[in-house]
Amino acid sequence: MTVFMVLSAIAILAALGVVLFSSPVRSALCLVFNFFTLAFIYFGLKTELLGITQIVVYTGAIMVLFLFVIMLLNLGGPQTWKERFEFRTVLGFGFGFALAAVIASQVFANFQYFDKPQAPDSFGSPQALGRVLFTHYVWPFEIASILLLIGIVGSIMLAKRKL
Amino acid sequence: MTGNNLADYLTLGLIMFSIGAVGVIVRRNPIVIFMCIELMLNAVNLTFLAFARFTPTSAALADRAESFMSGQMMVVFVMAVAAAEVAVGLGIIMAIYRLRNEIDIDEMNLLKG
Amino acid sequence: MPAASHGVWQIGWALSDMIVRRDPRYSYCCMTDWLIQQSPALQATIRVLVFVLPVLIIVPGLIWWERRLLSWMQDRIGPNRVGPFGLLQPIADGVKLFLKEDITPAAVDRLIYFVAPAVALFPAFAIGATLPWGPHYGPLMHWTPIADVDIGILYILAISSLGVYGVVLAGYASNNKYSLLGGLRSSAQLISYELAMSVSLAGIVMATGSLKLTDMVAEQMKPLWGWDAAAVFQNWFIFTPYGFIAAVIFLICMVAETNRAPFDLPEAENEIIAGYHTEYSSMKFAVFFMGEYATMFIFGGVFATVFLGGWNMLPVNWDVLAAQVPAVAPFARVMDGANYWLAPLWFLGKCAGGITFYIWLRATLPRLRYDQLMSLGWKSLLPMAVANFIVVAIWIMCTKLYGPAGGWIALFVALAIVYVLYLNVVSATSKSGWYAQGRIRMTQGAERRPIALVDPTKEVRP
Repeated sequence: MTVFMVLSAIAILAALGVVLFSSPVRSALCLVFNFFTLAFIYFGLKTELLGITQIVVYTGAIMVLFLFVIMLLNLGGPQTWKERFEFRTVLGFGFGFALAAVIASQVFANFQYFDKPQAPDSFGSPQALGRVLFTHYVWPFEIASILLLIGIVGSIMLAKRKL
Repeated sequence: MTGNNLADYLTLGLIMFSIGAVGVIVRRNPIVIFMCIELMLNAVNLTFLAFARFTPTSAALADRAESFMSGQMMVVFVMAVAAAEVAVGLGIIMAIYRLRNEIDIDEMNLLKG
Repeated sequence: MPAASHGVWQIGWALSDMIVRRDPRYSYCCMTDWLIQQSPALQATIRVLVFVLPVLIIVPGLIWWERRLLSWMQDRIGPNRVGPFGLLQPIADGVKLFLKEDITPAAVDRLIYFVAPAVALFPAFAIGATLPWGPHYGPLMHWTPIADVDIGILYILAISSLGVYGVVLAGYASNNKYSLLGGLRSSAQLISYELAMSVSLAGIVMATGSLKLTDMVAEQMKPLWGWDAAAVFQNWFIFTPYGFIAAVIFLICMVAETNRAPFDLPEAENEIIAGYHTEYSSMKFAVFFMGEYATMFIFGGVFATVFLGGWNMLPVNWDVLAAQVPAVAPFARVMDGANYWLAPLWFLGKCAGGITFYIWLRATLPRLRYDQLMSLGWKSLLPMAVANFIVVAIWIMCTKLYGPAGGWIALFVALAIVYVLYLNVVSATSKSGWYAQGRIRMTQGAERRPIALVDPTKEVRP
């Protein structure tokens, strides 16, 4: 219980860091921290393969891509908060609070009594996931690979200086 | 982490989601907006996995497999799609930067009526 | 001499008595029993210390070995003044680095600047936690690995993909254009070679049927190629055709992952000053240095575990040999005991062999240019790794259907197909082929443009 509390506190602080830091590099590093912590929470949910995939895909690839772009575009100039105070900031925070409050009030009262995990402990193992992925979900698997190919081709086309 | 109930994981997911939503609205740098979108996607992943673990299932085998494996399958495909989306989205941002030499989302208003 | 060797024998028995109980009269005298009766947290801590402290002691030894072996290969002597054979040279280096002035540039991003060396050092030890450096059955199984995770190989790939951050953060935090460029180049190199590494390991995972590293070592102790007649020989993956290709690909990617020659453009001294660790002095540089050597050592250990049979001494099943050839049975039994009880020694030997391979490559091959490096990773290694993966799949299917001979038939069919494809590609790109005729075109950059020499007498256009 306390391990989960510590991990979720770190995750929430890192998420706040993403939004509140003015330098984009620090935001990106906070997000890396957040994803890493989430991977440990996934391990706690006994979905080990998805936790390690989170580290490989999100932390190891997607965030490296983010850091590349931020550093290459030299976006070190921090966005100053006080220079242009807009009403949008206050509205944004208010919206966030309202969203959380509305969902929490409607949904959580019903879910407090689900405290026994119903899935078997091996449901997150590579064998179980592989079995389902290649039998029931083989069509989405293949289409996802085509989607990734389209993503590759698209990003190369976008990054070329002249077609 | 035994002894957690579903509401704990859902709370964490909800807080992360709303922080991400606030970030998308408030920040002006499109890359940081993108990162907040990724934060929201991760909150959704966490919710899917929490439901996969805790949702009661019936005794029938097919129903059991569907409920707790389909949550994980959804997360696998969300990760794949998020990766593709990040690649293309960052390519777009780089193309815009090359054109206009600035990225402030308030200045990208050419389509404004 | 017999008396001396008997004394050694008795000392050996006494030492092994201390580690593993042999006499049931003594219940607390041996270390393994004491270990398994502690709480899991303390057990894990002790296993961590048993692994980490020797690695920290070995890393200076690696530095010494590199300098000496490199010198011998370059026809010079190397450091031999400090201590016998120069063995204390790394300690002298360490003292020098400690006492050097620790310069921190003024305009660096402080937090990231201080954290980057630690992030560069951490993956080596995190990966080493899952390596089985001793047997996974019998009395010694409680000492190693530190954590036998179900997702063994995938964990190693995940942590090695975290090694990119040390480089990127160091390059960025230095507030130096060349460091940033070196850091970004290095991370692009790392993520490119990670792909080929993952696909080559994926083939081995398919052959094993499990991601766990102890299962891989156990699989390699089975009869060679699945033929029960050859049960004397172990099935180390490097002796199987698909495993050999995967091993070669993994070796190249391993060298690229640790930023070592011939892939060390990002930290080359005459190209980009010192790349991403230019602005780091004294202890922080020492931490980068140590991280590089520790990563080399641990990757050598991963290679040994996955391809070279882990902690086994030789690819021979000594117990099967003792059963089949009774004439050498006593010798075989002694070797079996040595194989089991001295397992960490054999693992260390294989890691040292890996390090020697690294040093050999550094002495032999010139540095790759950056575009050559990326082209090697994406256009040569990745297709080869994927083709190997397909061959492994076909091999396994044919072996399941037709027995071990089916695997070899599948291999020859695959080789024939690959050869036919290669001939077609070569004929398409040769002087009279389709490429020369203009019927197919490669990507934009591959067309050769003539180099125009500048005439110094003419005016240079601005």
